Amino acid sequence: METQTIAKQETGEAAEKSAGSPAKEVTGSVALLEALITEGVETIFGYPGGAIMPIYDALYDYSDKLDHILVRHEQGGIHAAQGYARTSGKVGVVFATSGPGATNLVTGLADAQIDSTPVVCITGQVFAHLLGTDAFQETDVINITTPITKWNYQVTDANELPEVIAKAFYIARSGRPGPVLIDITKNAQIQKFQFKGYTPCKHIRSYRPKPIVRPQYIQQAAELINQAKKPFILFGQGVILGSAEKEFQAFVEKSGIPAAWTVLGAGAIPTDHPLNVGMLGMHGNYGPNVLTNECDVLIAIGMRFDDRVTGRLDKYAKQAKVVHLDIDPAEIDKNVKSTVPVWGDCKETLPLLTQAIESKTYPEWLQKFHDHTKQEIDLVIQKELNPTTDEMTMGEVIKQLNEITKGEAVIVTDVGQHQMVACRYAKLNKTRSNVTSGGLGTMGFALPAAMGAKYGAKDRDVVAIIGDGGFQMTLQELGTIMQSNINVKIIILNNRFLGMVRQWQELFNERRYSFVDMQSPDFVKLAAAYGIAGKSISERTNLPATLKEMLDHNGPYLLEVMVTKENNVFPMVPQGCSVAEIRLK
Amino acid sequence: MSTQEEKQEFNITVYSENQIGLLNRIAIIFTRRKINIDSLNTSPSEVSSVHRFNIVITETEDVVRKLCRQIEKQVEVLKVYYHTNEDVIWQELALYKLSTDVIAEKISVERLLRENGARAVAIRKDYTVFETTGHREEIDNLISILQPYGLIEFVRSARVAIIKDSEGFNAKLREFERLEPGEDVIENEFLNDADKVFTM
Repeated sequence: METQTIAKQETGEAAEKSAGSPAKEVTGSVALLEALITEGVETIFGYPGGAIMPIYDALYDYSDKLDHILVRHEQGGIHAAQGYARTSGKVGVVFATSGPGATNLVTGLADAQIDSTPVVCITGQVFAHLLGTDAFQETDVINITTPITKWNYQVTDANELPEVIAKAFYIARSGRPGPVLIDITKNAQIQKFQFKGYTPCKHIRSYRPKPIVRPQYIQQAAELINQAKKPFILFGQGVILGSAEKEFQAFVEKSGIPAAWTVLGAGAIPTDHPLNVGMLGMHGNYGPNVLTNECDVLIAIGMRFDDRVTGRLDKYAKQAKVVHLDIDPAEIDKNVKSTVPVWGDCKETLPLLTQAIESKTYPEWLQKFHDHTKQEIDLVIQKELNPTTDEMTMGEVIKQLNEITKGEAVIVTDVGQHQMVACRYAKLNKTRSNVTSGGLGTMGFALPAAMGAKYGAKDRDVVAIIGDGGFQMTLQELGTIMQSNINVKIIILNNRFLGMVRQWQELFNERRYSFVDMQSPDFVKLAAAYGIAGKSISERTNLPATLKEMLDHNGPYLLEVMVTKENNVFPMVPQGCSVAEIRLK
Repeated sequence: MSTQEEKQEFNITVYSENQIGLLNRIAIIFTRRKINIDSLNTSPSEVSSVHRFNIVITETEDVVRKLCRQIEKQVEVLKVYYHTNEDVIWQELALYKLSTDVIAEKISVERLLRENGARAVAIRKDYTVFETTGHREEIDNLISILQPYGLIEFVRSARVAIIKDSEGFNAKLREFERLEPGEDVIENEFLNDADKVFTM
């Protein structure tokens, strides 16, 4: 067994050294909770059930040290843990029982895997002697979750627990972060064993969290950048995950290069930064998309060239030399061939690169971005933010929100049109302010993620912006918000349609609106049933005051804004088209 | 681009910890992309506690390189290499079961076996089992030769391959065990080095 090797290296030696604290006999459940406390866990999102009862029984005595939030569905639990991880930068923790409890985590695990979110899920499992017998609430959760976890492991003996939990946290948070699932059989939870104390993991011989920085690549990258006439920076969540926002801003400012962000990179530098030229991708800004195919050096930092960013790959930035900074070697050359691969943690590579480059400005090149912005304002932004129509637009809601929050709030979004509009127009002054499901596009993400985001950033306003469709996928979490009195502000942008699919049906399927017309309950009454304050508005004149009322309200608040039914998100790079073929209408 | 590159057989060598579930983790990297594994062998390596996978697939080098990076990314994988057939010495083992009567009666069978480098590993009253090692075509060839004589049963092993330009894994493993790894234990970087794919 591999873990035994590690046991020798880590826990065994450490335990012998710390002979001062003698071993004590505890159950596997108690050892788990002690481990969580040593890892600095304060909040757990979970749902009890048969196979995890011994852990919940132990938790009863730990309620002063560990805050357990009872969610209404395990999917809500893991999305909450994701939201927590995104705003706090710490590992989110989830408890769920075996069988359906564990399978309900699947969507969240896939979401966390593709968006590199550090989460540790603890699932209960049937007794070890029942494994493989189709026992009550038994599912093969390890095999179900293998493709969507960074690592997973089944514990059948309490003696394994301390070291497995240590590995779980180390793997989840180090390198390119990701979700880890630990499945613990009921016998291991009950089993008493000699607990020799908990030692966090620092090294696994088969695991290299980050590649070593190679000076020659830094040098080559700097030479390319120094010679460039029209360089362009693309940045993603890697900057945030690496806590390299300052290093990144220093690089951008010294280089003088315009920088555009992926959806998950939003907020790594403030929206208003003069070199922040906007959003990339399918519904990104006009300039960043068009000029991707005009720049001479493309500097990609902590981003993975997702197809929603690149559009048609064989027509993507073919003229440019590509410098790719990434912590994950598997991302280099995966989609876009790099001229210089800068392996490593951008917290380490960016300062080296900043040192090696010349301080420059590119006024003419930057002006091109501004020229494109002007066109986009004329054709898209103006009518989205300052509409002359009777009905409200999603964009003007975000604009009004910006004026009240001043860009200080955490913005959590669901998936669809409102997500793209919120990402495009929300003002973000700080990092870790944008929580959204980028890679997986999970509808139903926002409401539970907002709960976790609030626990991860208790002193900040958390505003969830959700569509009428996505809200109804996880609305049961209103119960959690009620019970734990979580101060989140919920804005439902209701266009009475599954808007993004409708938009595609309008543009590409000759307006054949196939099952996108969605009826909704009275959301305000629904909130009221949970004791949550709420209001629904459809008049523009009421918007500023109601938004203010919502933010000033002491406690959770649900605001439904009726917006125009058939609005489209533009610009848009149609699927299969090059970024240069972006449409403004 | 890579799609124009020609597909050929590649031998992927994976050094890993011996961990339950790792086989599945590696297998799904192929199945997710709908790539068939032609041959897979897994066994303990020359280093105690380290396992070695030999995987054979038919793909373009560009795809193989990406697959190797995804495999090496797995927590319990120590190192991955890929090689063309020219870079490795490889063998498969096959067992053939025939009726002993047929062999006794027809001397030509015995001669054919000798010509094909087969040897008997079990001789019973009613049947005899022969063994050969060799490349796939050699083994296939003997099947077609034996078919007319009533081949009762046949089985072939996965491919095992030794890398020509390799000094083993012991020194490498010591590097991995150090908390601060040395320069040459960097994931995947060698995969960019077309001239000298193998860096050991």
